Amino acid sequence: MTAWTADRPIVKCTDVRKSYGPFEVLKGISFSVRKGEVVCIIGPSGSGKSTLIRCINALVPITSGTIHVEGIDVGDPKLDKLALRRKVGMVFQQYNLFPHKTALQNVMMAPIHVLRQEKKAVEERSRALLAKVRLAGKEDSYPGELSGGQQQRVAIARSLAMRPDVMLFDEVTAALDPETVKEVLVTIRELAEEGMTCILVTHEMGFAREVADHIYFTDHGVFVEHGPPATFFTEARDERTQRFLSQVL
Amino acid sequence: MTRPLDSGDRLPVLLPFRLHGSERHHRLGAGSGVLLCVGLALLVSTASAQAGRVTPSVLQVIAKWAPLLLTGFAFNILISALAMLLGTILGLGLGLGLLSDWPPVRQVSWALTQIFRNAPWLVLLFFVMFLVPFQITMFGLRIPFPDWIKATVGFALPVMANVAEVVRGAVRSLPSTQWEAAEALAFTRRQTMWRIILPQCVKRMLPPWMNIYSLVTMSTVLASIVGVSEMLTLTAQVHAAEGGRPELFAPLYGFALLCFFLYCYPINLWTTHLERRFQTG
Repeated sequence: MTAWTADRPIVKCTDVRKSYGPFEVLKGISFSVRKGEVVCIIGPSGSGKSTLIRCINALVPITSGTIHVEGIDVGDPKLDKLALRRKVGMVFQQYNLFPHKTALQNVMMAPIHVLRQEKKAVEERSRALLAKVRLAGKEDSYPGELSGGQQQRVAIARSLAMRPDVMLFDEVTAALDPETVKEVLVTIRELAEEGMTCILVTHEMGFAREVADHIYFTDHGVFVEHGPPATFFTEARDERTQRFLSQVL
Repeated sequence: MTRPLDSGDRLPVLLPFRLHGSERHHRLGAGSGVLLCVGLALLVSTASAQAGRVTPSVLQVIAKWAPLLLTGFAFNILISALAMLLGTILGLGLGLGLLSDWPPVRQVSWALTQIFRNAPWLVLLFFVMFLVPFQITMFGLRIPFPDWIKATVGFALPVMANVAEVVRGAVRSLPSTQWEAAEALAFTRRQTMWRIILPQCVKRMLPPWMNIYSLVTMSTVLASIVGVSEMLTLTAQVHAAEGGRPELFAPLYGFALLCFFLYCYPINLWTTHLERRFQTG
């Protein structure tokens, strides 16, 4: 990207709006994320969090406003979606692994077929990625044979195999058993520590407080309040934020 | 009048409706299948007992003509297999057309599917028989179209439409999150379809596909109406050759029935078995 330099925000949303028919889900959201930053988006269910991060990789088209990812205009009608999605990895609440492929094949598929990289190098890298998410030895297991936490870590490895610049996490621990939540969070924290730019929608307040550089609180399609975790959790000013925090903390 | 409920009382609740339990009543198990075969054999033999001594017995007649009749049956199977092959290839294409994100392709595919799914197979067969020439000359090369090839094409058309519907149904039945995950990994629509969606659909499509096959096999006898020398045509000819004796009617056609039953029933059993296995697995 010639237009984009590392000192500018890697993701920049300006007055993003999204409507489904008459129902406005996002009512003018603006925020930006710098390279290497970890941003957590919290808020009650139905406040538009998931919709917002789906807009960033163009899974959901926005109604108005602009989103730029590394200088790419996501709202451009002539947008090369594939080019955008090669830069932005995404992990889903329900893992969404491909059930007919083994863990290793799940990780290898996109680099081979999308990036057209050489199979042998991809396999080597994929094995290393699975080892990194602590799944060495599970390469030949099918998703159905893995626990939720293991599947979610395969999903993270699958996303990382594309060498994205930004990772989106959509409530990735919401569907997990409490005991497996931790292993997934450990993986994400390691990523964050390595300098991966992460945008997380999460209900794990403790985790958000621990890893986030910045926390945004959404309610009814707007950012009510935001700030670094040190002040956000203790000095929330807005009444809605306070109510939400008192419920979840 | 109230009294306390004791544990033995059955509350008047509506029990869940169980499809499986009731289905089993009218589905033939392997045992009753054998019973049916024995019954058919008995039918043949009682008819032979009535036939008297002067003329050759019914069993002798069947034994005499069995090789010819079985050749006819093999022809039915050949037609059904080819129709299925052709219909499946065309049906896969049509099914993908039904799922196209380009409206004109979707609409044309939809129209074709509806036409061929809702037309009697015999009518389609007549259409192909009488509309397709008996040979085509292309680049000075004469390609003949014998009747049985035309019949095969005639059967392939409804197969195509039914397979298309099976493909569409199977693809639609996959959770949309699979598409989403593939999209997020920058797969193109085509790659997603061929590498991620369709491979997962094969299992789902197999039972209905086998069902279609068994229907096609049984329908191939329709080709006798348009003069293809398949089993039913030959059975009629054999009956005529044996002087059209009325007592031969049931055994000869019973033999045809038995052949089809022995071929299709295991397919249906296997289909049901797969359906049940995929449901639980």
